[in-house]
Amino acid sequence: MTSRNPLRSPVGKKLITGITGLLLTGFVIVHMVGNLAMFSGSEAYNEYAHFLMSLGPVLYLFEFGLVAFFVFHIVNGIQIAIGKRRARPVAYDTYKSAGGMSRQTSSSRSMIITGVVMAVFLVLHIASFKFGPGGPGNADAAYMTSIDGVEMRDLAKLVEEKFSTPLYAFGYTAVMLLLVIHLRHGIWSALQSLGAMRPSLTPAVYTIGSLIGVLIGLGFIALPMAIYFNLL
Amino acid sequence: MNIKLKVWRQAGPKSKGQFETYTVPEANPHMSFLELLDVLNEQLIKDGIAPIEFDNDCREGICGMCGVVVDGVAHGPQKRTACCQLHMRHYRDGDTIVIEPWRAEAFPIVKDLVVDRSAFDRIVGAGGYVSVNAGAAQDANSLPIPKQNADLAMDYASCIGCGACVAACPNASASLFTAAKISQFALLPQGAPERKTRVMTMVDQMEAEGFGDCSNHAECEAVCPKGISISSIAMMRREYMKAMLG
Repeated sequence: MTSRNPLRSPVGKKLITGITGLLLTGFVIVHMVGNLAMFSGSEAYNEYAHFLMSLGPVLYLFEFGLVAFFVFHIVNGIQIAIGKRRARPVAYDTYKSAGGMSRQTSSSRSMIITGVVMAVFLVLHIASFKFGPGGPGNADAAYMTSIDGVEMRDLAKLVEEKFSTPLYAFGYTAVMLLLVIHLRHGIWSALQSLGAMRPSLTPAVYTIGSLIGVLIGLGFIALPMAIYFNLL
Repeated sequence: MNIKLKVWRQAGPKSKGQFETYTVPEANPHMSFLELLDVLNEQLIKDGIAPIEFDNDCREGICGMCGVVVDGVAHGPQKRTACCQLHMRHYRDGDTIVIEPWRAEAFPIVKDLVVDRSAFDRIVGAGGYVSVNAGAAQDANSLPIPKQNADLAMDYASCIGCGACVAACPNASASLFTAAKISQFALLPQGAPERKTRVMTMVDQMEAEGFGDCSNHAECEAVCPKGISISSIAMMRREYMKAMLG
């Protein structure tokens, strides 16, 4: 029975996409709040980054989990998008949403596009920050600092440099807007996929989910914009 | 009324189809959508053209046989009706209407607007029933069922299997149909003994038929002539989780 294998079953795939989606939403919230530490000054930001690095094995465990969540989420998303083309090889000449109870929006229809763009961004983002100058395997004395006698990476310097360039500042902002679009459908959809929805809750949860998406997006966009426009 | 129709014509399952445009010069606003096709077919027969094949049966909005995609929406622009209940008074003189069959790999086109929906029968055959002979109806009070469950089971059981959910779904998923059939049993004590195997075998069959995966667009609920809620899909997922865990 294929349905006993949640990776193959149509319902199992939704459960996995939903669970990993919610966990990743939790991660981006923590990441966004971490970014905001920069508004308390470079020292606070560097100390926070140093604290995360000092977690050692615990950090590796979280990183391993994150990689797994991303892989399952992305692979399932791509499978669903491919399955869609297979299930309807001949497209309609005329197609439109019936409105009413439909939750079909530009967000829901573009999940694969916003998702793939964010996945590509993720690779570049990790390469330029985590593994950037002063990061693992990329030792650079210019990106080290000392706070209260403790040697640590000067990540704040790297962030300020990167977000002073228009490509990084606006590229990052654009991708975060895609995240908002993704979460507008994603948060509600994940709860529906996990069977947590009932009709009376749907409008409220959809609105709250969209709102959470917007708040996450604004939180992420604040830092690059503040640095680029010298507001920090 | 002068109505123009852009209709999908396809001679057989393997043939290549194309759109043909026809004009019905004297459409009556009181005509149903299917009657308009009847009038057009009489015209075509007189002109020596093969009439347009379309499924239909009760013409009372009950059976769901008549489903076609009208101007991009399954069963047409009117909510909670099959397209036999769509009347020409909703259109204006000179309008063009685009008519297409349900488009899904699992619903192969038989001819013109007729598709083969037997994939649905096979999904039901995979577990959408109660195996034991339940006998004659027993005394109502001997098997108490909460009113809200009975009502909800009835709502889900009102599915007529027309296939509009698949037709409207951007992914051509049969989740609403399958979920309605699973949920109507999950809510009632008669369905309880087989609930775990039922969800597994029916979901398996849904996949084997080549329907797409659900993306929670909820477009299915919007076009369903019976207004079946996607809460049934949420219930199918809970049933699946219970079956996986137990």
